[in-house]
Amino acid sequence: MISCDKAALICDKAQYNEASFFDKAKLKLHMLICKACTTHAKKNATLTSLCKEAKLKSLTENEKNVMKKQIENQL
Amino acid sequence: MTSYSLHPDTWVDQYADYLFNYAVTRVSDAEIAKDIVQETFLAGLKSAKNFKGDAAERTWLIAILKRKVIDHYRKINSNKGKAEVRMSYNSSSDEDGDWLEEQVADPFSVLENDEIENEELGLAIQNCIDKLPKKQARVFKMKTIQGISTEDICNELGINPSNLWVMIHRSRTALMDCLNQNWFNV
Repeated sequence: MISCDKAALICDKAQYNEASFFDKAKLKLHMLICKACTTHAKKNATLTSLCKEAKLKSLTENEKNVMKKQIENQL
Repeated sequence: MTSYSLHPDTWVDQYADYLFNYAVTRVSDAEIAKDIVQETFLAGLKSAKNFKGDAAERTWLIAILKRKVIDHYRKINSNKGKAEVRMSYNSSSDEDGDWLEEQVADPFSVLENDEIENEELGLAIQNCIDKLPKKQARVFKMKTIQGISTEDICNELGINPSNLWVMIHRSRTALMDCLNQNWFNV
């Protein structure tokens, strides 16, 4: 049986589709006996879906560096 | 009352993403939104001496950004300002129909509300991300928003995958708490 720390790690990876099949099976098994991890997994999945829903955008580092330079020029 | 001061050198790191998300929802074009954010920063620099210090930096920048968005619409409007407003029912003008009724918003449609709610949600999440420690915020954004692969992030930041997952875990836990307070409990 895996520890809660390990379960949390797999759970995080699963949010980015980076958990292997066996890892996910281990997580499922762990969640059968661990209430805390089940709650955590639920919340974690909610966060993922919220982030998707919000269609968050961010500027890339390059774009930010260009902006920084332009501000510096003006200072 | 606390008085605020301006730190232009930290603007990009602190506010660029927030302002960008704010602008994107209003002009719905990433390129234009980027330009508007840039213009906002430059305009902020120019009028920095007019900053009285009674609003937080970000509030002040948002106020400038709003003006810039209005300017943007003025500009594109003047180009096609001569465009006519047509009010025909449809192209084949002989057809009958309940013109007015069909123009009214569908009360059962939830799409409009969804749009507004998503915009607010986006800003709420961005707010919470901004509260994270800098490095965690950066990793979280790269991974979740920009969708960069674990390997690429590790290479770029010079960390190993287990570092990355620890940071992701911490930022996700903090975000869950933050959203619990600021999104689900308002």
